[in-house]
This record gives sequence, structure tokens and C-alpha cells, in this order.
Amino acid sequence: MSVSAYLDHNATSPLRPEAFESMVEALRAGGNPSSVHAAGRKARGFVEAARRQVAGLVGALPGEVVFTSGGTEANSLALSGAGRRRVLISAVEHDSVSRTVPDAEIIPVDGNGVVDLAVLEQVLTTTREPALVSVMSANNETGVLQPIGEVVRLARAAGALVHCDAVQAAGKVPVDIHGLGVDYLSLSAHKLGGPAGVGALIVRSGAPFETDRRGGGQESNRRAGTENVAGIAGFGVAARGASQSADFGSLRDRLEIALVQIVPKARIFGSAARRVGNTTCVSMPGVSAETQVMALDLAGVCVSAGAACSSGKVQRSAVLAAMGVAPNEATTAIRISLGWNTVPADIDRLIAAWRDLYIRVTQSDIPRAAAA
Amino acid sequence: MTAITQIRRNDQPIYLDYQATTPMDPRVLEVMMPYFTHKFGNPGSRSHAYGWEAEEAVEKARGQIAKLIGADEKEVIYTSGATESNNLAIRGVAEFYKDRKNHIITTVTEHKCVLDTCRHLEQQGFEVTYLPVQQNGLLDLDVLRAAITDKTVLVSVMAVNNEIGVIQPLAEIGKICREHKVFFHTDAAQAAGKIPLDVEAMNIDLMSISGHKIYGPKGIGALYVRRKPRVRLVAMIYGGGQERGFRSGTLPTPLCVGLGEACEIATKEMGAEAKRLAKLQERMLKGLRAKLTDIVVNGDLEQRIPGNLNISFAYVEGESLMMGIKNLSVSSGSACTSASLEPSYVLRALGVEEEMAHTSLRIGLGRFTTEHEVDTAVDELVRHVTKLRAMSPLWEMAQEGIDLKSIEWAAH
Repeated sequence: MSVSAYLDHNATSPLRPEAFESMVEALRAGGNPSSVHAAGRKARGFVEAARRQVAGLVGALPGEVVFTSGGTEANSLALSGAGRRRVLISAVEHDSVSRTVPDAEIIPVDGNGVVDLAVLEQVLTTTREPALVSVMSANNETGVLQPIGEVVRLARAAGALVHCDAVQAAGKVPVDIHGLGVDYLSLSAHKLGGPAGVGALIVRSGAPFETDRRGGGQESNRRAGTENVAGIAGFGVAARGASQSADFGSLRDRLEIALVQIVPKARIFGSAARRVGNTTCVSMPGVSAETQVMALDLAGVCVSAGAACSSGKVQRSAVLAAMGVAPNEATTAIRISLGWNTVPADIDRLIAAWRDLYIRVTQSDIPRAAAA
Repeated sequence: MTAITQIRRNDQPIYLDYQATTPMDPRVLEVMMPYFTHKFGNPGSRSHAYGWEAEEAVEKARGQIAKLIGADEKEVIYTSGATESNNLAIRGVAEFYKDRKNHIITTVTEHKCVLDTCRHLEQQGFEVTYLPVQQNGLLDLDVLRAAITDKTVLVSVMAVNNEIGVIQPLAEIGKICREHKVFFHTDAAQAAGKIPLDVEAMNIDLMSISGHKIYGPKGIGALYVRRKPRVRLVAMIYGGGQERGFRSGTLPTPLCVGLGEACEIATKEMGAEAKRLAKLQERMLKGLRAKLTDIVVNGDLEQRIPGNLNISFAYVEGESLMMGIKNLSVSSGSACTSASLEPSYVLRALGVEEEMAHTSLRIGLGRFTTEHEVDTAVDELVRHVTKLRAMSPLWEMAQEGIDLKSIEWAAH
């Protein structure tokens, strides 16, 4: 399996070796950070070093970092912690946002997946009830970046708080919580080369916050539970690595040019918008995503047909639907996502496999059916 | 065992705080390793081999966890730890059934995360009864029976107390709950892998488990949720719908695998380990009593896990003692609150007087504790207690036969 090209980093990214090393060190050290003895203080040292590293990735103060079990929990904590009953979200948010606030008012996106600021402004000013606006930074399926600065400006004018799910953006594009003026920012370790099972919610100093995780008072009473010390240590080191990592944009651009050359009718979703440099959501007209994913897997290339959560069931992408993509086209879209250990040879392998698949299907009846 | 006992280097303090956290068993770390490196897939990825491999691993581990407690693997949900399990169990049940029943029963010696969750529910309009415990730390079953009403939805009683190690009568509590058609939740963070647990025989409906208390990793835990008769919960974390919708979020494969392996080892070795620890516990207590008078073990000594001692050293201040015994990692009070100097609420609930509560140490023994470490600890404790007592005017007065309670202290 080590020979396959793993291009599903938006599902999970392999652990960076330096993060792994720090985790092993922390695992071997043991200790509960709340204990006052030497073993406890050692564990506390790992946690606080990582807090500074994670803060550094997004321009936050260390005291603003609340470690969680992952991005999903961070989103959940932010949405309940802000204490606003009225919540506005974009139409392309991750399930961990949209399912947490089923009564939220939905702000539509345009054909490129960018949130409609005019609608946002209008909805914000319809009532005077103070709201929480939750808009993600980079979309997990398309990589499209939202205009968070503009969202914040409009929200502020209406007295609203802002939460930003930056799980897919952090470490891929610069994120500065104070520069953006965001109140709550969610991060996940395993999307940037840290371990699964750890994430963080950055709570801007001064933003209202009431936790819904009660217990031993850890994380300054903002998230109870013994800290996942090794996971947090790995997150810190991965965050430091991610903040220094190269842009994948040129590799991705080369990939997209090649894909469209092979399949002229292929469509790259959100391509006219600003996107994070590692994600391509592309269709092969007439060929289902499942067929593509399976064919690519047999060729040793790992991609996905959409978000990698629980489903297993083939579900229509809510993100593409919100962008106005027709159902029959959306079911032909796959997601390709690059990461810290992607090399040009992985891209070449994907391009070759995609070409082989396209040749096979054009020789069968699928294109004729599509042409009919 | 040689590889295992090498865990502590000679320059490191002796770790005697196994109720705060346990060192990871090297065998656990070993099975986790590949899932950190080349087997890194997301168990939710259904489209490629990395995902399938991860899914298979987390499902195998789920079976190992289930086996430890006599459950079916479908009844085990992964969480980030016992705190989350407790929050989810209590709040989840309370909120799901709130239209029919709104009363919860728990005890005053529960872990803080249970008590804080219950307090929050009270603010939301639920009714909570906090049952007292007896002087030995055990719940009086008649007191429990009397507290149950037709509005009671849940009884939450911990299996083993984190400070004093006493084992509550789970089977009896379970029987009472089942007779009254009340759900029974137990926080088994300190019990799983230490004492035999059987959700069927004990009529347990919900059980919280922690990874790092049983030689597994931190950041992972489990909640057992009974399917027959079915227990329903309102989830706390929504999203991708993982864990049958009870708990969304990408599963951390290495942590799940580690918890599974820790449970597997515990299933196999619990019996022998308990016997070994019982000997160490006895050795420590005998050693201390041979050289020190006026020491009291808090909590029942019989109905207790062998890996715990909670001892009050009269006429000695706990914090000074802690400062003295730098070579021993022990705790005064539970780890989450040990940074504060308040006397333990658990000891207060046992009726331990404040002075005695202040002089208490929690000593946790575990898988990697050796006889030599116990002997060294006894020597250190004896030396420092003796020294501190020699400096204590209270000790001097007590030796002279003055009843300290009769003294009227001047207020400053």
C-alpha cells in the first residue's frame, strides 16, 4: 500500500514524522497535566508548548486556544458556546455545523460556491436579534475560500458574532484570527499532518463563551476532560510544520490543466473563485464518481467521491447542490486533495489512471449514451 | 515483564498516582504505532484501502472493549474520554426523556464531571438528588430505594471512586434500577480493567470508560449504551454521523486501537494483576503502620480496588508532606482539582474532619509498581511524616495527652 498515491488529504492527512516523534516522546513521558508532581508538570509542558505553536499558526494568543477532540467538537463548542439563539450559516458548511444548528438561517452561495454577501447583509438586518454567523474558510469538497473579512465586516455592523470553521484552510493559506476579526475559529490536527483525535477552538479574548463540556475545569473551564497530551503535542509540531509548508497550487494547477486536456468536458467546480491550493473537485461527464473512485483505487490512486464522514451511502453532495450543479452532473464529481507529502509522481499517476479510465469508458457505451 | 519494568529511569520519581493517569503499556503503544504512520486512513473513507484498513482496526478494537464489559460491540460508542462519556450519558438521557421524567439520582462522591453536568441540568429545570454515602464511602441501598420516584429517569453511580478507590455495589444498584424501570449509568473510568464488570449481570444501561486510566492512550474513551431494552440519547456533537449518530467526528484510529488493546490486555491479566496489587497494597499499609501511629485509611478497605490507598497522616499538613516527598509522585485530592487547596469533597462526604482531610494523600499503585518502589515509598513517607510531626506543636500536644478539640484558638 505504501506505493499508492494518496490524494485524499481533505479526509485525513498522514502524520508528519516530526509530529509523530513528539507524540512518542509525550506518550512515553505519561503524566496527567493537572497533577502537581513532576510527571504532571512534564505533561503540562507538552500541552503549553503546543498551545503556543497552535496559536502561532493562526495569529492567536496562547490563552485563546482551547484544545478539543477535533474539528467537529470545536464547531459544536463554538455554536453552543457563543450563546446566540439566532444563527446564520452558509449553504456549504460542513455537516458538523449544519446539523448542530438545524434551525439556522441559510445564506446561499453563487455558482462558484462563494457566499452571497448581499443576502447575508439583508438577512442580518431583518431583525434586531443579535446573531452568530458561521462561515467556513475553505470548503472541504471544493476548496473554495469564503470572503471572511467581508463576512466579519457585515456581521459586526449588525452586532453579530462570527465563527469560522478553518479546518480545511489552516496550514494551507495564511489564517490570522485577529486580522480577520473572527470571534471563534475551529481547527483540526489531522487535516494538517497532526494526529486524529485532537483539534482546537480559538476563542478570541473578550468573546462571550459558555462551555457545554463540564467537569474537571481543564482548558480554563472551557473544555473539561484530561488533555490528550500526546495528541496535543503532535498537533503543535504539525501546526509549526504547516505554517512553514510550501504551497501546492502549482502542482494542483498542472493537474487541472492535464485533466481537462484529457477530458475536455470535465468541469472543475469553483475554479473561478479563490480556492485553497490543494483541492480539486472535478467531474468526468457520464461516469459516476463511484466508478471513477474504484478505477483509480485499482490503479493505486486514493481519492474520494465527497466528504469522508460516516455515510458510506452514496449521497448527493449538498455543496455542489448549493452551487446549482445538476444532480446528474454532481454524481460524476470526485475530490482530489493534495497534502504535505504529495510529490509530482503522485499527480502523474493520477493523470495516467484518469486517462486510462477515460479511454476505457469512451470505448464502451457510456459516452454514446451521454451523446444520445 | 523486563521491558515493562524498565519504564522508569532511576532519576525519575516513583509514580504512585495511577488514579490520575496510568503510563501506557508498551504493548499498547506497539499496536498503535502503525496506525500513526503508514496505516493512517480515515475510517470514514469508503473509497479506498486506507479507509477500509482503518475501519477494520477500529471495529476490532470495539469488539475488544465490548468483551471487557460483557457487551455487544454494537453497544460501544467511541468518545474523547470518560468526561465526554459522562456528559453525554447523563445529559443525553435527561434531554431525551425530559417530557416524561425529569428526576436524576446520583451521589455526592461522583467525579466532578458528573456533578457539574447534574448541576447544569438542575439549572435547566431538572430535579437532581445527590445521595450521601456511608462513612466507608459506600452507598446505602435503602437510601437509594427511598429516593426513586415515578419521575426518576436515571441513576448515575460511579463504579470505583477516583480518590478512595471504593467499589460501589453495582449489581445491587442495577437490580434496584431495573425493578423500578430506571436507567442505570455508571462511571467506570476507575473500574474498567480493574474489577470484573458485566453489563448483563449488573443490569447496567450506560457505562463510561477511559483509555488513559487503563494503560491506554489519553484522548479516547467509550460509552456503553444498551440496545435491549434500548436506551436513547440526545447527541452532544453532531456532524458526519459517525458512531450511529451518537457522536460525530473522525475516529482517531490509533487511539481506538490503543483502547481496544488496553481492554484486551486487561481482560486477560486483570485477575493476576489484582492479586499482585493486593499484595503491594498490603505491604505498603503494613510498612507504614509498623513505623507510624495515627494514620487512617479513608474509605472501605475491603470493598476497594487493590491499586488505591487514601491515607490521612494526622498532625501533618498534606501540602508540606507533598513538598517533602519529591521523589514520590502522589496526589492530595484528585488530579483535576489538585491544583486547588480545598479539602476533598469526597473525604468531607465520608465525614472526615477538615484537619484530617488536609493531611490525606492518594497513593495509586498499578501495573508497573514494584515491591522495591513500595518499600522506597514507605521509607520516604515514614521519614517525612516523622520529621514533620517532630516540628508540629499539634503533634507535641497530642503526645502530651491534650485534647486538641478542647482548645479554643484565638482568631487573628
